Amino acid sequence: MDLHEYQGKALLRENGITVPDGVAVGNLSDAVKAYKVLESERVVIKAQVHAGGRGKAGGVKIVSNQGELENEVKNLLGSNLVTHQTDKNGLPIHQVLIETPSNIVKEYYLSILVDRTSQMIKIVASSEGGMDIEAVAESNPEKIIQIDVDPTLGLQPFQSRELGFAIGLKPVHIKQFTLMLSKLYKLFCDNDLSLVEINPLITNDKEEVICLDSKISVDENALYRQKALASYRDPSQEDERENHAKQWDLNYVHLDGNIGCMVNGAGLAMATMDIIKVCGGLPANFLDVGGGATEERVTEGFKIILSDKNVRGIFVNIFGGIVKCDLIADGIINACQQCNLDIPVVVRLVGNNAELGAKKLNDSGLNLIGVDDLLEASKCIVQKVEELA
Amino acid sequence: MSILINKDTKLICQGMTGSQGTLHCKQILEYGSNLVGGVTPGKGGEEHLGVPIFNTVKDAVNKTNATVSVIFVPAPFCQDSISEAIDSGIKLIICITEGIPVLDMIPIKRRLEETGTLMIGPNCPGIITPEECKIGIMPGPIHKKGKIGIVSRSGTLTYEAVHQTSQCGLGQSTCVGIGGDPIPGMSFIDVLKMFEADPQTEGIILVGEIGGSAEEDAAEYIKNHVTKPVVAYIAGVTAPAGKRMGHAGAIISGGQGTADGKYKAFEAAGVTTVKNPAEIGNAIFERMQSK
Repeated sequence: MDLHEYQGKALLRENGITVPDGVAVGNLSDAVKAYKVLESERVVIKAQVHAGGRGKAGGVKIVSNQGELENEVKNLLGSNLVTHQTDKNGLPIHQVLIETPSNIVKEYYLSILVDRTSQMIKIVASSEGGMDIEAVAESNPEKIIQIDVDPTLGLQPFQSRELGFAIGLKPVHIKQFTLMLSKLYKLFCDNDLSLVEINPLITNDKEEVICLDSKISVDENALYRQKALASYRDPSQEDERENHAKQWDLNYVHLDGNIGCMVNGAGLAMATMDIIKVCGGLPANFLDVGGGATEERVTEGFKIILSDKNVRGIFVNIFGGIVKCDLIADGIINACQQCNLDIPVVVRLVGNNAELGAKKLNDSGLNLIGVDDLLEASKCIVQKVEELA
Repeated sequence: MSILINKDTKLICQGMTGSQGTLHCKQILEYGSNLVGGVTPGKGGEEHLGVPIFNTVKDAVNKTNATVSVIFVPAPFCQDSISEAIDSGIKLIICITEGIPVLDMIPIKRRLEETGTLMIGPNCPGIITPEECKIGIMPGPIHKKGKIGIVSRSGTLTYEAVHQTSQCGLGQSTCVGIGGDPIPGMSFIDVLKMFEADPQTEGIILVGEIGGSAEEDAAEYIKNHVTKPVVAYIAGVTAPAGKRMGHAGAIISGGQGTADGKYKAFEAAGVTTVKNPAEIGNAIFERMQSK
């Protein structure tokens, strides 16, 4: 789960890490109040959306008086910001963060994450902060410095010192940087974070080390024990259908094709999308109904798929584990009736009683076609949808 | 022969009396696996599904000589349960539970390495040696004793590979679902090493997914150490680039993790790759014919 920049910075501030003074606001009058409280002529206005690349996309503005501030806040609030990390619709800006500007001397890059390869917490830093860190990683990989933290010892100060000197911090900064990094590491562990990214981390003209940005993600699996952070969830930054699916424990991702897919298991769901493409069709979604594939979940799954008006046909691919296929077939038939499905649905069931399941589907009198071979089934749905087009 | 488990494997279950534990242990017993005890603190001395329940894993191990434990405990308690199994001298842990916080797994991974304990999972379907021993949540009847070793990061997609190898008559030596979590116990490489050494296994199917670099690492290992025919399928060629925040993941992965990159790595290692998931069975059948 992602936090907004202002939420992340509040967390940093609470833990004694230096961030610029700032106030997050959701309307114009609060923005004016915040401007007065900050007592700075020039301020930075930053759109609060769950995506990187805001600066290049026009989501970060510097203003020098109240008039400019009002204009920019009016423009940003209520609009959608499209960056290279969002889809073409972008994400809605409901809040902006108003901050006092910093006198930047140099920008650095800093992040903490769980590394799948070393299977440890990894700290990454670079002298090349600011924009385009991925380009730096490609063209000058030696400028990306990485350290792994031993889970038994935890982060040791020498590691922070090595990192600080390696990215070219001056001796005057090293103590601050070491202290800050130990606080950040503790914050990462105490809050079950999966990512902390500070880009840029800066030094200013007073030789201070400051976190100018914050991207923080929390491990979804740990939200049960991070209740305060869980309350920071902002559904407006997430896909509405995906959120609805989550309420039913369904995993849904919307795509641009016209063949709805309902599958049990994430791997098989991806494989099903792959085979539809191999057969010349285009999947409209990824939908994992989980191991159970009960009538209730299948019904909700159909509803979510049908809320996408591009869908012309549905492919249900269920590998019956413990549950017998004829029971799954009953659930699918009932779900189709409840949803008044009028588009073709090809169902492939494998497992115990698969033949009986297919027979029930074909005899249901509904627009249900049972096919037991994976390739034949995908060819069938692609063909049905083409016939309708 | 097979790898890791066979008809003589003595198994206990942590979390056996819960709803998931009960549901799946019934199937495990019906398959004929040697499930000799369950562990539920406070229920020691009772019986469940005809099997004795113990308060601690140590009690269960002392009384039954079990060497393998399957875990169905809810995610918040898994760090504790896995630690208990390690501490009690269990040699192989199979953790089915999904949703374990990743920071709980980092110290576990270290303990596993220190003690030499093996773990499959978490967030996995388990392991099966067909017609001998099933430890997990996979449907038993689709499996057939045979010569193909299957290792996979996915659940139901593993069943697909199993189903296809059963249908073409090759059958399976052992099937291992290593799970899809960021910090898993055994890796592809750990399992490949065992399949290479196992005389019953004559060919190997590896089922991967997009993300991470486990497949690239496996490809490198196969190139240098595996002589048996290998077929690989990677799910997610058509999956859109995931929504992401920040750049940290991308800059440390160095371009690894895409389906394309993984396929290239396997092809460079002499592995037969299939892009169509319905072709997994045919592909290994052909490789075995031309051996």
